[in-house]
Amino acid sequence: MDLSESKDFLVHTASLKEVRIFSREVFEKLKINNDLKEELVLAIAEAAQNIVKHAYKGVENTADHMQIKISLKDDNLEIGFFDKGKPVVEENIQHRKLDDIKPGGLGTFFIKQIMDDAVFKKDQQKWVNHLILSKKI
Amino acid sequence: MSYKITEEGNISTVFLDGEIDMDVTEKAKEVILPLVEAGKEVHLNLKDVSYMDSSGISVLIESHQKALENNTKVVVKEVSKSVLKVIMMAKLEQILNLE
Repeated sequence: MDLSESKDFLVHTASLKEVRIFSREVFEKLKINNDLKEELVLAIAEAAQNIVKHAYKGVENTADHMQIKISLKDDNLEIGFFDKGKPVVEENIQHRKLDDIKPGGLGTFFIKQIMDDAVFKKDQQKWVNHLILSKKI
Repeated sequence: MSYKITEEGNISTVFLDGEIDMDVTEKAKEVILPLVEAGKEVHLNLKDVSYMDSSGISVLIESHQKALENNTKVVVKEVSKSVLKVIMMAKLEQILNLE
């Protein structure tokens, strides 16, 4: 079953629950099994959290929205994230070493564990950042 | 997220409920850390926590480390399957006191 759905969310921590609800609804339509569904929801929520936490660092109460687009075509799942925050500097994205036990720095690690690929595209006029997470399912 | 605290001797048990994400981590820390700083042994019961992301994991790490500084401990109890999966993904099952 091929499908493509997108939704806009206010850039705010309170939107993360809505992001998970939207993601679960799409994955239920795609009949993805529960374990994989929850892994994918975690990856999506972590990427959305990174937008709130990093792309909008120091910005409070913005009226900006981020967009999340989930597409499945020929068993290739692609999740797009669009935002108008600070441009991402890819070289600065790194998760902490797992044996350096301290709070923080795990979101990107979880995304890499769950997804096959994560790529920032510079193909948008309307948006500043465009991240694509992909996974063969 | 909602919570309930029970006290028995020097042990405070915090029953957390719901989904723990970045939106509620400050609230979770406000509940847990004062107990740890007061020298209580804190048991975190997670049986009704259905979802936890990296922010929630950070709360568990911070609570654990703060407990060590205060010569006490945090025990993580009755972890739901979905949360255990995230703890294991972070390779923290040998670090946190899981029961």
